[in-house]
Amino acid sequence: MDATDPPTLPPQMFTTSAQLLDLTDKKLMVALRDGRKLIGVLRAWDQRIYTDEMYADVPRGVFIVRGENVLLLGEIDLDKEDDVPLPQGTFNEAFTHQKREATETKRRERVQRRKLRALGFEDEGEVLH
Amino acid sequence: MLFFSFFKTLVDHEVTIELKNDLCITGTLKSVDQFLNIKLDEIRVKDEQKYPHLAAVSNVFIRGSVVRYVHLPANAVDTALLEDATRREAANAAGVKAR
Repeated sequence: MDATDPPTLPPQMFTTSAQLLDLTDKKLMVALRDGRKLIGVLRAWDQRIYTDEMYADVPRGVFIVRGENVLLLGEIDLDKEDDVPLPQGTFNEAFTHQKREATETKRRERVQRRKLRALGFEDEGEVLH
Repeated sequence: MLFFSFFKTLVDHEVTIELKNDLCITGTLKSVDQFLNIKLDEIRVKDEQKYPHLAAVSNVFIRGSVVRYVHLPANAVDTALLEDATRREAANAAGVKAR
């Protein structure tokens, strides 16, 4: 490259922000690494708890989420959003269910990891939900 | 950058993304970036009733770092070309090191 050329970033440096740009102002579901599902318009969030048997919405105000904690962003189809295949419960009911499920999941994962290790498999490190 | 270029050739094909949390999402590959973040359209989720939070979701942006596997359509992959590109990339990397 000619030394007098102005420094330029490769064009793909901007693709990520462009992809997120067209999700701005859309209603999204954000799955986080800790298992939380945030639902809201990009930059103004509500939290929704899911368990196997019910769901409950928890108003959360504004969330700023660091990228590394995100599993995926899903754009919510506004025609389908009211057909949640679960009954809505109160926060306390859903929270109790969720806690019980989390304990059970943890136990299962421990057993699975122990068995995999015995077979010589490495841990994948982080536990995602 | 090889796999970035490779995935770009698969845009508009149907792929299945398996996440590290065992979630399997099938959809049309819409875009991929340098972190191998992936955008899928018209998604279907394997074992749907286990993931109610995806019931109303039709397209997703998946962070590259949480992907375990990408299941590819075999007929859309030119294996010989991919092998050549791999050798070329390896040769380039070796050339840079030697300098």
